[in-house]
This record gives sequence, C-alpha cells and structure tokens, in this order.
Amino acid sequence: MSQPFPFSAIVGQEAMKQAMVLTAIDPGIGGVLVFGDRGTGKSTAVRALAALLPEITAVEGCPVNSARIEDVPVWAPPVSGKLVKRPTPVIDLPLGATEDRVVGALDIERALTRGEKAFEAGLLARANRGYLYIDEVNLLEDHIVDLLLDVAQSGENVVEREGLSIRHPARFVLVGSGNPEEGELRPQLLDRFGLSVEVSSPRDVETRVEVMRRRDAYEHDNDAFMKKWRAKDSSLRKSILAARAALPALKTPGVVLHDCAALCIALGSDGLRGELTLLRAARAQAAFEGAQTVTRVHLKTVATSALSHRLRRDPLDEAGSGSRVARILAEILP
Amino acid sequence: MTDPLTPWERAETALAVLATDPSGIKGLWLRARASSIRDRVTQALPPHRRIHPGIDDTSLFGGVDLAATLSAGHLIRSAGLLAQPSPLLLAMAERCPPGLSARLARWLDDAGPCLIALDEGAEPEETLPSALTDRLGLFLDLTDIPYSHSVSIQLNPAEITAAQARLATTKLPKKALESITTVAAAMGIASLRAPLLTLAAARALAAWRAEETASDDTLRHAAELTLAHRGDLPETAEQDAPQEAPPPPDPAETDSEQPQSQDERIPDDILLEAIRAALPADLLARLNAGRAAKSAKGSGTGAARKGNHRGRPLPSRPGTPGSGKRIDLVATLRSAAPWQPLRRRTPDATRLEIRQSDLRLKRYVETSDRVLIFAVDASGSSALSRLAEAKGAIELLLAAAYARRDHVALIAFRGQQAELLLPPTRSLVQTKRRLAGLPGGGGTPLASGLKMAFELAGQTQSRGMTPTIALLTDGRGNIALDGTPNREMAEADALRLARAFRNLGIPGLVIDIANRPQPGLRLLAAAMDAPYLPLPRADAQRLSGVLQAALGD
Repeated sequence: MSQPFPFSAIVGQEAMKQAMVLTAIDPGIGGVLVFGDRGTGKSTAVRALAALLPEITAVEGCPVNSARIEDVPVWAPPVSGKLVKRPTPVIDLPLGATEDRVVGALDIERALTRGEKAFEAGLLARANRGYLYIDEVNLLEDHIVDLLLDVAQSGENVVEREGLSIRHPARFVLVGSGNPEEGELRPQLLDRFGLSVEVSSPRDVETRVEVMRRRDAYEHDNDAFMKKWRAKDSSLRKSILAARAALPALKTPGVVLHDCAALCIALGSDGLRGELTLLRAARAQAAFEGAQTVTRVHLKTVATSALSHRLRRDPLDEAGSGSRVARILAEILP
Repeated sequence: MTDPLTPWERAETALAVLATDPSGIKGLWLRARASSIRDRVTQALPPHRRIHPGIDDTSLFGGVDLAATLSAGHLIRSAGLLAQPSPLLLAMAERCPPGLSARLARWLDDAGPCLIALDEGAEPEETLPSALTDRLGLFLDLTDIPYSHSVSIQLNPAEITAAQARLATTKLPKKALESITTVAAAMGIASLRAPLLTLAAARALAAWRAEETASDDTLRHAAELTLAHRGDLPETAEQDAPQEAPPPPDPAETDSEQPQSQDERIPDDILLEAIRAALPADLLARLNAGRAAKSAKGSGTGAARKGNHRGRPLPSRPGTPGSGKRIDLVATLRSAAPWQPLRRRTPDATRLEIRQSDLRLKRYVETSDRVLIFAVDASGSSALSRLAEAKGAIELLLAAAYARRDHVALIAFRGQQAELLLPPTRSLVQTKRRLAGLPGGGGTPLASGLKMAFELAGQTQSRGMTPTIALLTDGRGNIALDGTPNREMAEADALRLARAFRNLGIPGLVIDIANRPQPGLRLLAAAMDAPYLPLPRADAQRLSGVLQAALGD
C-alpha cells in the first residue's frame, strides 16, 4: 500500500474535493480548512491530493525547494545546481511539534562535531512551494499557531535565535483538518484559511456501501483498483494544469466584483480578505470549468466555502454558518 | 443462529483476531481496572512495547540519546518507538492527552501495526480520546466478568502463523459488505472506519477458524467485537428496524435482491441481535455519557496548570530534556558538582563531567486569572425591586476580587439589548463608577444579556483566563434576541443560551433578585448547570456571602 488512495476514487465529499482542487489551481487562495466528523476521509483526501498534484521543478538538494539556482538560500549546504522534478511537497505538521522543528534551529550536530554555526531547516522550509498539512489543527498549541500565522501571512520565515539570523521563503498552502467538537479555532487562524468546508458522514446506505467497497478493493485488490483510477486521476491532473494556464487570461467583469462586495457586506464579514478570496476562488473555479469569463454562477459555487468561516460566530445558530451564507446568497444574488 | 459469545469467549476471540491480523484490526481498547483478570488478557497479547501517557516525543519519534551522547562526547541519535514495527501498549490510556492521541492516530493511519489501550477509567467521563476509540478495532470490557468465569488463554504460535497464512485467501460472503454497512448505519455509527474494521475482523476470525468463506457466526462475532460499543442500538421491539432505520430506505436492494440471495445474506436483524446481546445496555449509556462529557470539554485553557515555560517557578526536578522542557542549568551543575572528583578519569582533567542523572528540568506553575463576568438585569421590573442592593453586593464582591487580583467585567441589560459597560479589567475605581451610574428601567432582554456574557466568556477563555458568570436578574425576560417584545421567544432564546454555557463548561451562578423566587429562573440555572440562589430580601452583605460561597472561595 505504498500509493495513497486515489483522489478521484473518494466517494462524495464534493465540496472538500472541489476546495482542494481550487487551491491546486491557484495556491494564492490560501489553504483549506476541513472540519467534520471522524472517519469521513479528511486525512485520506489530503494524502490523495499529494499524489494528484503535478510535479514541481526544483534545484536538487535545496532545503526550500527553490525553482532557480539563484534562489537557493546562502545558508544552505552546497547544491549541485541540477534541476530535478520532484512531487509537490505535502508536509505534515504533527501536533506538539516543537518550535525548533517548525521554524528550524541551530544544527546541533554540526555545532558539536565541527564547531560550525549552521542552520538546520525546519518543516516550514520543506513546505515551501507546497502544502503544509495540520491534522487536528484546533488542538495545535498557541505558540505554534502564532508562528504559523506570521509566516502564512508574510510568506517568509525569519529565524532570529541562538545567534542565527536567517530568512527564507515559506510560501505554502495551509491545509487543516479537525473536529470542531474538540475545540474551537481562533478567529485569526480561521481567517488565514482561504476556504473552509464542513464534511459529514454520508447518510444513505448506498453511498456508504460504495465507500466500503472501494476501500476494500483498495486494500485487497490494489493493482486492479489503482489501474482503474489512475486514468481518472491523471485526467484531473491535466485539467488542473490547463486551468492554471488559463487563469491569467480569464476576464473578470465589473459586475462580478460588485457581487463579491455586496455579498460580503450583507454577511458582515470582517476585513477585505473575504472579498479577495471569494474572487480568487471564483476565478479558479471558472478556469477549472474552462470558461472565458467569471460569472455569477462561479461565484455562487464557491461562496459558501470561501465565506462561511469568516462570519461572526453565533452561539444560537445550530445549523452552522454554512446555511447562513446560503440564505443570504439566495437573497443577494438571485 | 447460535448463541452469542459469553464475555470470556469474547475476550478469547478478540485476542485471536488481534494476533491474526494486527495491522488490519489496528488495535484493542481494553476497559478494565488493573486486576488478575486483566492480566490474563494482557499476558496473551502479541509481543509489544509499553508506553505511558506522559511519554515524550523523543521516545516516540527518536532524537538525541542523551545518556549515550554525554558519555561518548559526540552526538548519538536514538530511534523512536514508532519507527519500530512492534505493537504498542498504552497503559493508563484514559489519561492520554490530545496531543499524544493525535500522534498515535497518525501512526495507526500510516504504518503502525496496532495499539492496545488499557483504559482504567473509573468514571464514564474518564475514557480514551475519541481519535483513538474510532481507530481501534476491538473493544473489550472486563469490568463485570468475575474471575471464576475466566480461564487462562493460550494462543498457539503455530496456529497463529497458520491463520496468518490463510488470511490472504480468506473470503467474505458477497453480501457481508452491504449488511455490515447497513447495520453500522442503523446503529447511528457515523464513522466509516467502523464497518471497515468489522470486515477486517471478520476476515481475521474466519482465517483463525480455518473457514474458506466467513460463516454467518463469524460475521456476527466480528460485529459484536467491533461495532457494539460504537453506537446506539435501535429498540428491540422494532424487529424490522435495521431495514427502516437508515434514512432513505433502500427498496431496490431489499425488493429485488433478497429473494435470490437469501442464503448469502445474513439478515441484518440477526447481526443486530448479536450485538445487542454482546454488551449490557447500561454500558452503552455509560459510554455515550462519557463521550458527551468529553466532547464538551475540549482542550481549553483552564485553571492552574503546571508547565515549563512560564509562571511561578517550582523546584526543578530530574528528567530528560526534550519536548519543550528546559534545563535548569544551575541546579544541574549543583547536582553534578559533588561527583566531579570521582568522575575524573585523569587527575589533571578539567572538563566538567555531567551524567544524565544530573540533569534538572525547570518547572513552573501558572494559574490562569479568573474573570468574574457580572450580567446585571437593569430592567424596570428589577429596578423597582432591588437593583440597588445588587449594586451593593457587586461592590463588596469587587473588593474581594481586587484582593485576589481577579478581573471583572460588567454587562447590563435593559431596554432593547445588553450593553458591555466594562470589558475585563482590574480597575476597581472604574468599575465602581460605571456601576453607580447604571440606570434602571425598560424591558428585560435576558437572552441578549446572556449572549453577550457568552461571547465575552469565550473571548476571555481564548486568552487563557477562566471565566465565571454571575447572572443577577429577576427572570422576567420579555425581549427576544432579535429585539422583539415576545415573552415566549425570549424565554426559549435564554434557555438555548444557557445550554450553550453548559456545553462550553463555563461555571456560573444565577441569583434571583425578584421579590418572590421565580420557577423559570430555576429552570434556567439547571440548563446552565449553575447553582440557583433566590434572595428574598437579602442585604448586600448576605448576598455577597452567598455568592462567595457558591463560587468556591
């Protein structure tokens, strides 16, 4: 079972899959937050995404996956300068990871053995140009959250410790998953995620049986199963690449901008990040569908996942903010 | 249908299943106090390594081997337990912190063979984190099994090897997948891991019993072991519950396929019967209660906690640095000092010889500040009765809070909605001034006041403080949350908010300042899980006394 479960073989959970594909098309959307029950395929989807993403070109041996030789940071160990293809990095940030492991620290081994002051890159460096995945993000310790907020915002990791003064690019797509029953996420961190989706277990037996059947086939008839789905995965990968190429030429009419603003005002979302993300997500969605211009339909498709986590929390709203977005969406953009 | 397994047979079967396919089953949740009967189960487990809830990351994931490094003089790294392909046994699993359970869950998802969790929880609330209960396949509760019902378990290694060899060719009946999924859905088990684990258990059990295709009994027993503890059973009276319970019922399958494949399909209700027989009914209730209580608490910051980052220093103590622990350098040197002459290998050596046993770690205790949030009813009705007295009581309490350096926040509700008069502060003067200037009159937007208190409590909690709510009202809430004067809606809103308080676990206190005790307020206090204090004609001094007693100091 060395290969992860194929992305296209995940049954249902369309909103989650859509959100992940959108961030693959435009990493600038800024990440996905997946909240939901246990055993609904959150982790499976993230692992599958890693296998689905197109490869990147990077300098061999570069700790921050630089695309060009001149971008390799000065503190890095000498590199050969050869460009290699490697899979898009998807780095796990385990709960309780220490600050040293996340941002990097003095390389103790080299300090002790050779007396050199060298920097050992952390997880943030390895996640550059890729994805940073945090399972149970709502249980993450506060001081790590603060670090992440800062880096996710600036796209740069600055290390000032133990006599080191180092900065390196750390642009990554944040993917978080968690179970809201176990703890809330701070609004500041919520806001850093571009899209948020809520997943729940499928309620009808047919879907559940299908999930089980595929999982069972994956585990016990791996070769045939992977062969069947590899084709679908690669066609999805092709359309992601095509959408990436089409993105710059996509037209955004003024009326769509107006719609974005009207929607965010009606929902009372704080700041302008809501509008910006909504627009980016809508553009990515339009590019994915192969459209020439962004339309209101695209906007409506992505509005729930782009905005539902930016509303002020209402303790009485048992239905969740997703339905609030849907209601206002129907009012503002008929 | 054969009889369901007896409790001890169930234990034996579970161990056989675990031994046959540890990586498919993922583990065993063993709920029992330390006892000789538990020892009978644990001695039959596959070879494993033992860990405890306080285990640090270095032991789990590997890191610098301090003892070896210090004695060798150069860096030596150790491999972590998780890197080894051996099952782990987590002792005292009910004390497993969320961080550890998340790491173990990840390990199980990725590569881990299996985890055996010894849950010694005495109370229903004390149990394994749900990240683990969801992933571990088997569940055993030995609490109610008398020792005389148990026998020593001997699993023959040759038989296990033979069963493992058969595992790859063992098949399940065609309909097993559907019927197990249906049963899991009927039991309200949301997670899709559960039926997958049941399938794995059925396969392993069939291999153990040397069945080419799993028999109905085997499927039933597998379901007993893996599903029974996860969900609620539909009522016994409804015989056809399984077919109806899953929302949208599935007529296509039941109508067209059942006649021809009757022999292949185990009727779901038989499976359910087996599960029902497997566990005492109250166990399910207990487990569910535990789940609810657990999920409500979360990992919020709380009262006093020991840490190693900030707060008041405690005496340092021996230990291994790692996972964010910091070395107390002075104490380490002090403990190493007496040994220096003995440790020097040559008389003229000047190097400091430090052993692992010398290392001392810093410890701090940090008490989070308490915030007293007063939600005061300043409506016309209460102004008439005893707003002035309530003000007096708050002033007395403020003085006590000042002495303890508590924070105080003040919310008043009157007219259409609540107003935050004073955000959390330690300033006594300011609070007194705001309080004295608090006018009375207008409607009673009780729900709005509660909502503001709730939001404020959430904010202070996320800043690491411990909020406590003191609600002073005469209970005649007549303004709903949206500002409309509708008594019924107002009461419903207030009740829902009160429940939200309980869900967040925020302690509170409801003080009835009406002339006569209000039954509605007693209900509200019950929904908040807070003490209710009616105060017929009490003076400020007495009110403050009662308040202090209720708040616990």
